Amino acid sequence: MHDLAHLKDQIAVIGVGNTRYGSFPDTDEYGLAAQAFRNAVNDCGISKNVIDGLLVCRIPYYARMGEVLGIDPRWTLTLPPHGRMSGMGLIEAALALSTGQAKYVALMYANIGRSRRVNYGGDENPSTWDPWGFTSPGAAHAMMFRRHMEKYGTTTRQLAEVSVAVRYHATLNPDAVMRNPITIEDHESARFITAPLRLLDYCLINDGAVCLILTTKDRAKDAAKRPVMISGFGGRESYTQSAISNFDMDFWYPAIKQAGEESRAMAGVSHSDIDALMCYDNFSPTVLFSLEGLGFCPQGESGRYVEGGTLQLGGALPTNTDGGHLSNSYMQGWALNVEAVRQLRGECGARQVPDCKVVQYVQSTPCTRSIIYTRG
Amino acid sequence: MSNEYTKPLPKVTALTKPFWDGAKARQLRIQLCRDCGDLRFPPSPVCPRCLSDNQGWRVTSGRGTLESWIEFHRAYWPGFAPELPYRVCLVRLYEGPVFVSNLVGDVEGAKLGAEVRALFNEITDEFTLPKFELVRD
Repeated sequence: MHDLAHLKDQIAVIGVGNTRYGSFPDTDEYGLAAQAFRNAVNDCGISKNVIDGLLVCRIPYYARMGEVLGIDPRWTLTLPPHGRMSGMGLIEAALALSTGQAKYVALMYANIGRSRRVNYGGDENPSTWDPWGFTSPGAAHAMMFRRHMEKYGTTTRQLAEVSVAVRYHATLNPDAVMRNPITIEDHESARFITAPLRLLDYCLINDGAVCLILTTKDRAKDAAKRPVMISGFGGRESYTQSAISNFDMDFWYPAIKQAGEESRAMAGVSHSDIDALMCYDNFSPTVLFSLEGLGFCPQGESGRYVEGGTLQLGGALPTNTDGGHLSNSYMQGWALNVEAVRQLRGECGARQVPDCKVVQYVQSTPCTRSIIYTRG
Repeated sequence: MSNEYTKPLPKVTALTKPFWDGAKARQLRIQLCRDCGDLRFPPSPVCPRCLSDNQGWRVTSGRGTLESWIEFHRAYWPGFAPELPYRVCLVRLYEGPVFVSNLVGDVEGAKLGAEVRALFNEITDEFTLPKFELVRD
């Protein structure tokens, strides 16, 4: 296990912002990201001209982004448009700040997949397996969930608990794209996309952008709002089975376990301290795999664990309180990190977790990351 | 026949050509490290275990067990639309590596660990696709 204990609570999130979520064919990534940036700058009350670090994800050209925002940073990082870069980007930005490479980093993410009619399969993502028709991240997750059903007896009704809980949270979030409540029966009767997964197991595809502004603990005192601290993080990649994209024979269990343990050890928290979980939910099974890897339940028991509203506000582990990727917005983890900040600030209104002190973010993917946030 | 085939065709490279030549000869081949014996598919430019360049091919038994299977109800390529829903499976070959393919025929009794065997489906004059079916004794 690495020793990053000296970085505990040294870096703060001081500003967050997002656009509206939906379909915005009249703009582009730069236009969306600029709106989110303006909102984040206003949120923390700093001058945009002090920002000397720029991280962009799913935004075509970093220099154009800097031009649009009118900044010449000292530190820039570009991440590819994969749905696993948010955790990696936040950790890299924290490290850049902790080593003095930048004083304030703006992390920007924009997605215009709705207007561009992105499919996430077929010729957009060529692979070895195209001749057999095996394509899309959803199909890979269906392949994993079938294994979970076969190995552990997990049912689609148990899986439905994830979609139902996350949608319930979206009904409480005025910004969410999908706000009509759903039931387990709605999940069970939705059309198949890749059986055993149905429409309500799949994330949304929508346009939008997110921005987070990070700085060091000392500088965070000057921000308009109480800072949220990055208290722990951990990670592990799973590349040796990459021939089948977005797939892991063991549900990423070892990687999630390691990332979770590292982040909790660094933050000095245990499972019972975690007031809310922000869990990458590209597809509903990912949430089950995450709960097992993180140790909220033993491997194979996530189906039973989520029964009866465990993941809903008021349950044992409120999860994706903004509605997640399944019902709020497909911001590939970035919006979940914003929600973690808002929960810790107590800004979440009807969906607020009472007395929220510790929030964990996890992305269970070929690049697994866990981040623990606490109140500053 | 090739004029009518509308699904994605293999993109053959120097690395994958022996596999597709094998399929045409009704063999399921996987890459073999001649130095350390590592077996894998898809092929790699060097052995991921020992980094050797000395790579060859082994003809497998074409037998294995079912690790998972799914059913596509959406066609990401128009050529698959007439066949919806179609099944894709993940097979653990007896030789070790896993292989993605189509599960064809009667799937009554499909379960984790079920025995499967390859069959060879000539899709064009040039290409043959290995597919799998459940073994019924």
